[in-house]
Amino acid sequence: MESLAQERATVSERVAPQSRWWAAPRTGGLAVLVLVVALTPAVLANDYFYDVAILVGLNAIVCVGLNLLIGYAGQISLGHAGFFGLGAYGSALLASRYGVPPFAALVASTAAVALLAFVVGRPILRLKGHYLAMATLGLGIIISIVIANEDRLTGGPDGMSVPPFTVFGLPVQGEQTWYWVVGACLVITVWLALNLIESPRGRALRALHTSEVAAEVVGIDSARQKVMVFVVSAVFAAFAGGLTAFYSGFITPGKASFMHSVELVTMVVFGGMASTFGALVGAAVLTVLPQALTVVKEYEMVVLGAVMMVTMIFFPRGTVPTIGDWLRRRPR
Amino acid sequence: MSTLRVEGLSKEFGGVHAVQDLSFEIREGMVHSIIGPNGAGKTTLLNLLTGVYVPSTGTISLDGRDLTGAPAHRFAAAGIGRTFQNLQIFFNMSALENVMTGRHLREHCGLLSALLRTPQLVRAEHDCREHAHRLLGFVGLGDYADASADSMPYGALKRLEIARALAGDPRLLLLDEPAAGLNPTESMEIGELIRKLSQDGTTVVLVEHNMRLVMGVSDHILVLDYGRKLTEGSAEHVRNDPRVIEAYLGAANTAEGAHA
Amino acid sequence: MSGEWLQFLAGGLTIGAIYALVALGFSIIYNASHVINFAQGEFVMIGGMSAVSFIGTGLPMPLAIVGAVVAAGAVGLLLEWLAVGRARKADVVTLIIITIGASIFLRGLAQLIWDKSIHALPALSGDHPIALFGATVLPQSLWVLGVTVVVVIILSWFFNRTLLGKAMLATSYNRLAAQLVGIEVRQVLLASFGLAAALGAIAGVLIAPITFTSYDIGIMLGLKGFAAAILGGLGSFPGAILGGLLLGLLENLGAGYVSSAYKDVIAFALILAVLFIRPDGILGARKSDRV
Repeated sequence: MESLAQERATVSERVAPQSRWWAAPRTGGLAVLVLVVALTPAVLANDYFYDVAILVGLNAIVCVGLNLLIGYAGQISLGHAGFFGLGAYGSALLASRYGVPPFAALVASTAAVALLAFVVGRPILRLKGHYLAMATLGLGIIISIVIANEDRLTGGPDGMSVPPFTVFGLPVQGEQTWYWVVGACLVITVWLALNLIESPRGRALRALHTSEVAAEVVGIDSARQKVMVFVVSAVFAAFAGGLTAFYSGFITPGKASFMHSVELVTMVVFGGMASTFGALVGAAVLTVLPQALTVVKEYEMVVLGAVMMVTMIFFPRGTVPTIGDWLRRRPR
Repeated sequence: MSTLRVEGLSKEFGGVHAVQDLSFEIREGMVHSIIGPNGAGKTTLLNLLTGVYVPSTGTISLDGRDLTGAPAHRFAAAGIGRTFQNLQIFFNMSALENVMTGRHLREHCGLLSALLRTPQLVRAEHDCREHAHRLLGFVGLGDYADASADSMPYGALKRLEIARALAGDPRLLLLDEPAAGLNPTESMEIGELIRKLSQDGTTVVLVEHNMRLVMGVSDHILVLDYGRKLTEGSAEHVRNDPRVIEAYLGAANTAEGAHA
Repeated sequence: MSGEWLQFLAGGLTIGAIYALVALGFSIIYNASHVINFAQGEFVMIGGMSAVSFIGTGLPMPLAIVGAVVAAGAVGLLLEWLAVGRARKADVVTLIIITIGASIFLRGLAQLIWDKSIHALPALSGDHPIALFGATVLPQSLWVLGVTVVVVIILSWFFNRTLLGKAMLATSYNRLAAQLVGIEVRQVLLASFGLAAALGAIAGVLIAPITFTSYDIGIMLGLKGFAAAILGGLGSFPGAILGGLLLGLLENLGAGYVSSAYKDVIAFALILAVLFIRPDGILGARKSDRV
């Protein structure tokens, strides 16, 4: 039994310093990301590799936002592909049918999705756990069915084509240009996310993840905070969806499907919960893996399913935090 | 003169009356204690006074403002802070971040300023961090600032909860068994902490089993039994009330109680 | 006119019985382990596809059915033993990903073992439609309804009269208390998964002659069975049955009178409606919150 004074004396032995390793994720980590984005083209041999890199970037944008919702705030969404799909189709429809300039179409459809997420968010986020999972799943599937059925607007199951992307009249074409556009968007997205995490709102999210009661008792309006992060993650998804539509020149309802939502969640949990850079790693690995497996396409589902199960059983916090813990525990 | 007034307060859970028809007042600047045996409804009462539970009947008002049925964050905004009997620490943060989170209401952080990390936000965060450091020092946890909460010992965590509750500058601080699980030396230190807080002008309400602590620090004691008010008054009055002695201090202590 | 209405009714009850069987599987597993088993639909698929394979090897129908149910049951046991059982203390998100991963894995395996095409299973007593009260009903529909009734009767006997059944019920009410009176919770969990898988397989075998079967029928059936379970009250057995029948009816009537393209939306719109208005479902108990 010790008194306060004795406790203080042994503090330095018992206390584990918080992630001194990563210095400041906001500055150090972001710098590393910028370096990676800038230097990757050196290893991209041809257009196909650029294409994969761009896909990684687009998925990463969604995952960073989704990680805010799942990893930091502790909620879940099995329907985020719905927001992605709405962003994609919204941009495509505005640009092709209504002649809206592509960039404006992108912004407008993202804003529309933000509004939808805000309206739907409050009732949905009153639910917890499995019920929340099912509600978001239901929402996502309804969106994908509507997209697939309204074929006069959306081209139905066969999809629709998307006009080329221009920003203030300047055309964005070609893998290389798109790589820099997506890369820049990714860096900005990560910067925004890291800012949010290290702000009082970020602490509020982490607080309500651990103990919603204690968060409420210090004055955090948990319902409002949950809706906020839900909207932010929906915005990232919709924006990435719009970019994907313009990049591919073509979209299909599969982009809003339940399977796509599952893939996105898997990327987040595989890479690491409550780790923005984990989300990036997850997006990278689980985008490249299916590409690498195209050779043995029949095994894709088996491998994906196995990866999901093994990761969650043995590394429930995701690979990046688990590796981080392991590195920290090694004797120095 | 800040007063927390409770009238006709009841809370039932499917037929079980945890709290029944309670009426009392908490006056500013004093140290109040709520005592009673296990099951007397003390923690339920604390949950009602912080908006964690919604009363089945009755009203709760602070300075005449009716708070009945308001969500917990509204109680916090009214200036009521609390700690928990079963430690609700944010284990995914450092000690410093725990205390900084306690200051949430004073921070006024908009979504845009958070996303863009405006200079105002940076300054506000700096001030918040300073304030949190000071509070950690106040409760004697200065060395733990950057420690991860899940690596801290139990006694330190109890004090961390108090620091977190203080971060919001509450007028009224509700402590749920702050001395539970602490040894006599640590309990004494908690008592000193409470006295310091009271001197600084915070109204403290204590739910406790540790009678030495209660008797030593309280200006006013409320005694509960089966969810109802048994009696209330000064420490002297309560110590000598035969009903209280019989119910909580044990019939064998009657002689000792009379001489205390 | 009433003939058409009866037609939709008959079709709705038929598919509703299938949803009910799937929903029962969900509720059994949820009761035992508080896990939503997203792989439940795959048991239906395994039942149908295995039966097709067994028939293909020349086995007579009854044996093929038994074989399919046993195969699915074994998969269910393996799922609990190798995957879910190892992560019992994990949080909701983790468990959800595990069972979704399992369903994807099983679908991938099915794709490898069988193929991606649609297969038909011969009906139990022929394809000649029967005229019943102005509606034409497939004999298989009558089998579906009949077998479901029998299954429900057997289940209620099982839960109320057998030791294992009662142990499973006890575990769902209070796991700790069940352990304290000596119930082997491990066994109960395994039995739950096995039983749920068997029920799914029975549903798969029954419906395959009508809707055909392929490696990916599990997704939608699983999700709709889950919708039915939530509608009736997750964890409630009568609720699962009621929810299943109700969902089947609403879906069929909606497809007939409103829009057949949006038939699938009905199930998910119902999920949202139930979760927003009365999360405990029709027959679920209202829980009072105790912090």
